[in-house]
Amino acid sequence: MVVGVLALQGDFEAHAAALADLGAQPRRVRVPVDLEGLDALVIPGGESTTISKGIEREGLDAPLRDLVATGIPVLGTCAGLILLGREHLGALDVASRRNAFGRQLQSFEADIDFEGLGPMHAVFIRAPWVEEAGAEVEVLAEIDGHPVAVRQGNILAVAFHPELTDDRRLHAWLVEKAKVPAR
Amino acid sequence: MSRDVATFRVKAGLAEMLKGGVIMDVVTPEEAMVAEAAGAVAVMALERVPADIRRDGGVARMSDPSMIEGIKEAVTIPVMAKARIGHIAEAQVLQALEVDYIDESEVLTPADEAHHIDKWRFEIPFVCGATNLGEALRRISEGAAMIRSKGEAGTGNVVEAVRHMRSITGDIRRLASLPEEELYAAAKDHQVPIDLVRDVAARCRLPVVLFCAGGIATPADAALMMQLGAEGNFVGSGIFKSEDPGRTARAIVEATTHYDDPKRVAAASRGLGSAMAGIEISALGDGLLQDRGW
Repeated sequence: MVVGVLALQGDFEAHAAALADLGAQPRRVRVPVDLEGLDALVIPGGESTTISKGIEREGLDAPLRDLVATGIPVLGTCAGLILLGREHLGALDVASRRNAFGRQLQSFEADIDFEGLGPMHAVFIRAPWVEEAGAEVEVLAEIDGHPVAVRQGNILAVAFHPELTDDRRLHAWLVEKAKVPAR
Repeated sequence: MSRDVATFRVKAGLAEMLKGGVIMDVVTPEEAMVAEAAGAVAVMALERVPADIRRDGGVARMSDPSMIEGIKEAVTIPVMAKARIGHIAEAQVLQALEVDYIDESEVLTPADEAHHIDKWRFEIPFVCGATNLGEALRRISEGAAMIRSKGEAGTGNVVEAVRHMRSITGDIRRLASLPEEELYAAAKDHQVPIDLVRDVAARCRLPVVLFCAGGIATPADAALMMQLGAEGNFVGSGIFKSEDPGRTARAIVEATTHYDDPKRVAAASRGLGSAMAGIEISALGDGLLQDRGW
């Protein structure tokens, strides 16, 4: 199974390592041809402004939209949540607020309750939250009433960084989804 | 819900998010906007770029808070700022200003000739320069959450950055090859705690993110440093001392991403106009910035 990890900038190596731990074959995605034949996709944490400019420079916007529209399983973390939302790739029907919790001084770790998975330790770094979500979007975790994990179909997006902890449940979800022929 | 702020994982985690990116020195909000538009992952707010500090001489200090605040207002990417080595009060001011990272930097004139800042006492993460593995691990033992090779800032000459990066990564590889009983002597040689030496030997990498700084002036320089093991690049004078800063900045960002694809580095390098004028290191005599810090 080949899982693409958008590798324009950010902590894509941590995601690749997590996927390799689970027996998947990670592939760094930098140009459109890298998207061919993927079974799943990860959009990592990083600087969303930088990554979105990279997507534009590489001509990745349309191919990414097309790929996600096929129903391929997608995991987005932090910047990935922002990039999947309405303002960018439009794959997730959410409006997110960047740096919603504040600057680096307000970055934090917390134990959250993740719908269907239970308690989860989560690392939030200059993290966004979901400001508003469409009817198709299921909220899976919140902090003080702000959604920080959402799912819409085969797209799972979280405001925190599962790749920075040893908890592999979200990557395992992606890999399991990719085993089911959705297309 | 209880939140744990300023944990080491949170401090080092921001550096993880900056990987594969370029952090650019800026001296005005306008330059910060040029950097952000070019794809910088963060900006370093300072009063003068290193090339000007070198030219002007005198004591180089922390920037005016109003200038740092102006840059914070101008961009949404992280904003870093420099404090003098050992200058606890400047670092406290920068924390009060809520910058995202503090660079305890040899580019400014050191305030303490024996002691670096005890970075564990701060909630803001620190990045520090290093010329070799021992220096990097001493800074980490003091609480640094990110390391950059020092190079020789303000020269546009990458040779010192290459020397420092090769020294750090070469010594990491040597540590990883040592049997357990030889790590104690290695810790003594590097003048660092044994626990950090064990950790580096086991992982074959630093426990924090390693960027390159000091002398990068072209896209090819940026690609070179990534190939030598940098996880991202700081570019100081190289951008805003070039003929076309916006274009040079975009090109260095592109070359940092595609560092292992010579065709892309070639494309990024084409027709940039003149890079900053460089300085031969031997022409600097004894006044090397990299010798500051201990």
